[in-house]
Amino acid sequence: MLNSLIKNRLSGLLLLTVIVFILPAFFSNPFHYDMATQIAIFATTVVGLNLLVGFAGQISLGHAGFFGLGAYFSAVMTGTYGWSPVPTLLVGAALVGLLAYVVGRPILKLKGYYLSMATLAMGFIIAITINNEGWLTGGPDGMPVPSLSLFGWELSTFSVYSFLGMEISGSLAWYWLMGVLLILGVWLAQNLIDSPIGRALRSVHGSEVAASVVGVDTAKFKNLVFVISAVYASLMGSFYAHFQGFITPDSAGFMESIIFVTMVVLGGMGSTLGVILGAVILTLLPQLLADFHDYEMMMFGLILMLTMIFMPKGLLPTLSRWLGEKMHKQAEDKA
Amino acid sequence: MSALIDVRGLDKAFGGVHAIEGLSFSVEAGQIYSVIGPNGAGKTTLFNLITGLYTPTAGEIQLEGKSVVGLAPNQLAELGMCRTFQQMQICMNMTALENVMLGRHLQLKSNLLTTLLRLPSLLKDEEDCRDHAVELMKFVGCGDYLETQASAMSYGALKRLEIARALAANPKVVLLDEPAAGLNAVESAELEELIKKIAAQGTTVVLVEHDMKMVMGISDHILVINYGRKLAEGTPEEIRNNPDVIAAYLGG
Repeated sequence: MLNSLIKNRLSGLLLLTVIVFILPAFFSNPFHYDMATQIAIFATTVVGLNLLVGFAGQISLGHAGFFGLGAYFSAVMTGTYGWSPVPTLLVGAALVGLLAYVVGRPILKLKGYYLSMATLAMGFIIAITINNEGWLTGGPDGMPVPSLSLFGWELSTFSVYSFLGMEISGSLAWYWLMGVLLILGVWLAQNLIDSPIGRALRSVHGSEVAASVVGVDTAKFKNLVFVISAVYASLMGSFYAHFQGFITPDSAGFMESIIFVTMVVLGGMGSTLGVILGAVILTLLPQLLADFHDYEMMMFGLILMLTMIFMPKGLLPTLSRWLGEKMHKQAEDKA
Repeated sequence: MSALIDVRGLDKAFGGVHAIEGLSFSVEAGQIYSVIGPNGAGKTTLFNLITGLYTPTAGEIQLEGKSVVGLAPNQLAELGMCRTFQQMQICMNMTALENVMLGRHLQLKSNLLTTLLRLPSLLKDEEDCRDHAVELMKFVGCGDYLETQASAMSYGALKRLEIARALAANPKVVLLDEPAAGLNAVESAELEELIKKIAAQGTTVVLVEHDMKMVMGISDHILVINYGRKLAEGTPEEIRNNPDVIAAYLGG
C-alpha cells in the first residue's frame, strides 16, 4: 500500500498533505513548530534541486549560493531599503533565475566532475562576495532581517495573532505558511516531471544522444531546469531569512550546498517524496546529536558515503522496493 | 524526381585517417537504401555525419535540396530525420512507452505555464501522444511491454523499441544502424517484415546492415563502401554480381 502511495502522483501529494495537517497534533511547544517550519523550507529547496539532480541528472554543488542570494536580497531590500517583503522575494527569485540562466548557459555544457567543479566555484564566488561586501551584507557577522508581512500581518515567531476568534502563535502561522508552500512546491514539481517537458528532462539523464536525435534541445532543457531549481532555492532562501530574523553568509556556503545534495541523495534521487524525507532526517539529526556538534560535517560525509554504497537509489526508493518485494512474496506464499 | 538525401564529395578525417573520402550518392524518397561494407569501412561514421553527430571535414549533405551540414541532431529531427544506433541509445530510467512518447517530443506544443498548472490542453495532448505511442509499439511488436521499465526489456525488444521511437515523430527518413545485429534468425525475419512495412507506409529507410540475406532481400538500392570510398552502387542484383564487391568481401 505504501508502495502505490509513493508511486502514484496524486496519492503521494495526498499523503504529504495529510502529514502536514496531522503533524501539529504531535507538537507540544513552539520549538517543534520552528523545527517543522525549517524542515519545510529545506524540503521545498531540495524538491527544486531534485528536479536538476534527480530527474535531469545534472549535479550542482553550489545551490546554497542561490539560497543565500535569495535570503540576502530579501534581507537587504526589506531591511535597508524598506521594500515590502512579498514583492521583494518575487523580484529576488526573478533576478536569481536570470543569474542562473546566464551562468547555466556556459557551465551546463560541462559534464560530470567538470560540472561539479564549475557549480562549486559558482557557490564559492557567491558566498565570498556576501562575506566581503560588509557595507551591504554585514559581512561575516550577518545581518538582521525584518519579519515577513503577509496580507497586512507581521509574521513573527514571537507574536500571537487572533484568527477567526482563535489564538494563533507566530510559530504556528509560519508552520502553516511553509507547509502549504511545500505542498504547492511538490505539486508544481510533480506536474513538471509528469509532462512532455519532464520527459525531455529525464531523457537528458537517460541518454543525451537519444534525446537529441528525437529533437530535444538538450542545452535548453538543462538550462531551464537549472533556472527552475535556482528559483526554488531563492524563494526558500528569502522565507528562511524572514523566518530566522537573522542571516549569516554560512547559509550561502559550501557546507550548506553539500547538505542540500546529501538530502537529495539520501532521500532518493528522482523521488520527490524521498528528498523530503532526506530533508527531515538531515535537519533533525544535528538536533538529536547536538552533543557531537563538532563532528556534524563528518557525519554528513559518512551518511553520503554509506548511502552511495548501500542504497545508491536512496532511502525511500529502496524502502519502497523492499516493501514491494516483501508483499509480492507474501502474496506468493498465500497462493 | 529530386533526391531526398543528396551527398556530394563527403570527407571526414580523424587526424590523418580518412574515415570517409570523397563519397557521393543520393537516396530517392520511398526507397529502402542499404549501405554495406566490411568492418571499419566507415558505415557508422557516414551515419553520424548524415545525422549531425559528426561535422564533415569537407563536402555537402542535402536534405530535400537544402544543405544540412553543421546542423545539430535535434535540428535535423525537426527537418524529419530520425535514426537508431548500433549501440542502442535508450533511456533506461523510463518505461518503454515513455521512450516512444519521447519520440514525439517535437509534435507536442507545451509551455512551462500549461505544464506547471497541468492545464487540460496539456492532458489532451498527452493522451493523443500516448495513443499514438501505443499504436507504434504494437506496430513494431512491443505491444506487451507498454509499462515495462526499459531496463527490464530484452535486447531484441529494445532494438524494436528504438525503431518505434524513431518512427514516433513521423519522420521522412529513418536511418537504421545495424538493426539486426545480435538478433536470432526468427527475430531477424520479423525485423525484415517490419522494415518492409515501414517503407510501405512511405517512410524512406536508410539501412546499415551486415546481414546480407536481409539486405539483398529488402533493398531497392545498395551502396557498397570500403575504406571510406564508394566501391559500387546499384540494385541488389548488380551488387551481387559485381567483381569488386566480391573481392572486397572474400579478399583477393
